[in-house]
Amino acid sequence: MTATFVGMPAFPEAARAALADTQLRQNLTHATGTIRAKRASVVGEVAEWEELRLAGAAIKDNTLHHLDEHLLTLEAALVERGAVVHWARDADEACRIVAEVAKSHSIDEVVKVKSMATQEIGLNEVLAEHGIAAWETDLAELIVQLGDDLPSHILVPAIHRNRAEIREIFRDRMGEVGRPAPDDLSDEPAELAGAARLHLRQKFLDAKMAVSGANFAVAETGTLVVVESEGNGRMCLTLPEVLVSVVGIEKLVPTWADLDVFLQLLPRSSTGERMNPYTSTWAGVTPGDGPQEVHVVLLDNGRTRALADEVGRQALRCIRCSACLNVCPVYERTGGHAYGSVYPGPIGAILNPLLKGTGVDEQTDSLPYASTLCGACFEACPVRIDIPEVLVHLRSKVVDAHRDQRPKSEALAMRAAGWAFGDARRLDLAEKVSGVAGRVAGRLSRRSLPGGRSAVSRLPWPGSRWSDARDLPAPPPESFRAWWRRTRGGNEEER
Amino acid sequence: MSLAPGSVKVMQPTPASSQIDEWRERSNKWACELWHSGRMKVALMVTCVNDAMFPETGKAVVRLLRRLGVDVDFPAAQTCCAQPMVNTGYLDEAVPAVRTFVDTFEPYDAVVTPSGSCAGSVRHQHAIVARRTGDAALAERVARTSPRTYELTEFLVDVLGVEDVGAYFPHRVTYHPTCHSLRLLGVGDRPQRLLRAVRGLRLVDLPAAEECCGFGGTFAMKNAETSVAMGADKARHVRESAAEVLVAGDNSCLMHIGGVLSRQRAGVRVMHLAEILARTEEDA
Repeated sequence: MTATFVGMPAFPEAARAALADTQLRQNLTHATGTIRAKRASVVGEVAEWEELRLAGAAIKDNTLHHLDEHLLTLEAALVERGAVVHWARDADEACRIVAEVAKSHSIDEVVKVKSMATQEIGLNEVLAEHGIAAWETDLAELIVQLGDDLPSHILVPAIHRNRAEIREIFRDRMGEVGRPAPDDLSDEPAELAGAARLHLRQKFLDAKMAVSGANFAVAETGTLVVVESEGNGRMCLTLPEVLVSVVGIEKLVPTWADLDVFLQLLPRSSTGERMNPYTSTWAGVTPGDGPQEVHVVLLDNGRTRALADEVGRQALRCIRCSACLNVCPVYERTGGHAYGSVYPGPIGAILNPLLKGTGVDEQTDSLPYASTLCGACFEACPVRIDIPEVLVHLRSKVVDAHRDQRPKSEALAMRAAGWAFGDARRLDLAEKVSGVAGRVAGRLSRRSLPGGRSAVSRLPWPGSRWSDARDLPAPPPESFRAWWRRTRGGNEEER
Repeated sequence: MSLAPGSVKVMQPTPASSQIDEWRERSNKWACELWHSGRMKVALMVTCVNDAMFPETGKAVVRLLRRLGVDVDFPAAQTCCAQPMVNTGYLDEAVPAVRTFVDTFEPYDAVVTPSGSCAGSVRHQHAIVARRTGDAALAERVARTSPRTYELTEFLVDVLGVEDVGAYFPHRVTYHPTCHSLRLLGVGDRPQRLLRAVRGLRLVDLPAAEECCGFGGTFAMKNAETSVAMGADKARHVRESAAEVLVAGDNSCLMHIGGVLSRQRAGVRVMHLAEILARTEEDA
């Protein structure tokens, strides 16, 4: 994969390009609409859904509160069952560990289970630098990889592609890296999946090593859990000799019983299914069955930073279901690439700044502002992450990080507003000025809004950002407070 | 399921909607009794946007409440709920507005506002701003004034207990539930119930009604292109409804949708809910 999120522009600029891509808009509207309807239907049939959400949030909160203890329990259980446990502070350390395991067996190609953690650390690129080819085996990840593309959704990374585009990618690229697509390949989903199946079968049979993430890690038994739809994960987790799993430290649940809650919440929220087709669980090495060398890389990479943020830490409850992406009106129009990260959409808008820190780069700082705070994400979130609350909190962190620098026009405007709103007399004065401006605008304007009120259609910058596409009512000659004063609360009104 | 006792409180998650409903019911009961005792002091928080840009909405609320027997006051010291600053991340700059709000409205039993968004800001964000100041006395005063703040339809339905306000508006109308009234406050179908009782009014469905219009406060400026893309879709749905008037409980959202509709020469006008509820046969 040659594409990279590194150096992506800030959200507003990236979004502008995405909004102009008509094929992308069409694909996204169709795909998010379909998956929204599926989710709504299967969530609607669970009477105690709200209780499940509360339980999911509580289990995660409780686990995060005692994360240090649970991690040690997990490590002990894994070691006891024959796994090798590695601790990685950041992406570099994690990638190096995986590469070293591969090199120790002289392995130059690995198969991969779909995993957000390995995307986050850029594992495939680092492995490539070491001469190791990493093959994505999830259908959508395969489409993204073959297309030299970037994922744009957590669950369906190729959501921005339609089947005609996928056919092109398969025909053009499959042959370069393995079994080619059949010459007569059509864009029928079953045929596309069939081509991928044959292409991947060869990879599964050849690979000596697999790399996975994990949806959950059960501390008491050292069990890792992968939840999937296609069965490619089951192949990767059982066929190769060596298995390395990169697991974010927030993936822990204390016991098997806790899994019960999440295995109900996750499939209904993500794919809109009552239950996912494949749930694989494994704990260390089982002699004579499956991988005989099992490594687990426990990844921090900013998670302890997020955990230290009292408001933001709730983001670590996230089970990567994507429900927030599918209901987000911003995501539906811009797609995932505009967020410049493997974590797009509302969760990405909070997770990226929490993991990377605020005030560090402009792109990350732009993400908390990539939302109207409409609250659809919080409503859909199966673990009740109050995303709008965290967004507003992170906006304040972005502003605070720049307080000692020369203020931007926005900061000056906010200071002025803060001052004016400190005393009604100042606001009254400002409204008198705007009333005069409104009278002038009303005289000059040739446009009126439906209903008759004078309209302003062209404003100088920065007002042009509004008036480029929207009319604005001309300010009224008299403010409400001036009317109240003049008419003594409407009691002396003319009529 | 292995939930340790009290573990739910560990990180103080946002309360479940069932819990919020319970709190609100209790607070409504108190307000309702006070109203019926005839001793309730009611203030109008007109909001800065309505004060400066949409005074007709404020006048409509005054007319409507008086017609329903409420002696509503407009304390002139009021300014803004502080939401523009808070939602853009300027918490220090929001402090004066929150202090002004508390100073102004503390003497009242109920604060009524024709904006779901501003009511949401008072109820959900003032505590955050107060915490930021480290001023415990301010936090305590905020804890008293915030829950007494009602969005107009909440006040009408929950406190006054009316759905038919005696209005007359013979037009084809569609209703856009603004995000903060719908999801932050949970006003539910109170606005629709009020509208259905308006004589002459024909309420038609708005396709994808619960989808955000794209206004989002400073989002409309900072991410203008995305905001307009969302606004264009909302405008399309409004046109599909074939309504003559688009009504909502927030003038800022209406300013955005109305701005798009006007630019498209769509021939649909936008109106605040209060202005419809205030109209009677005599106005016609």
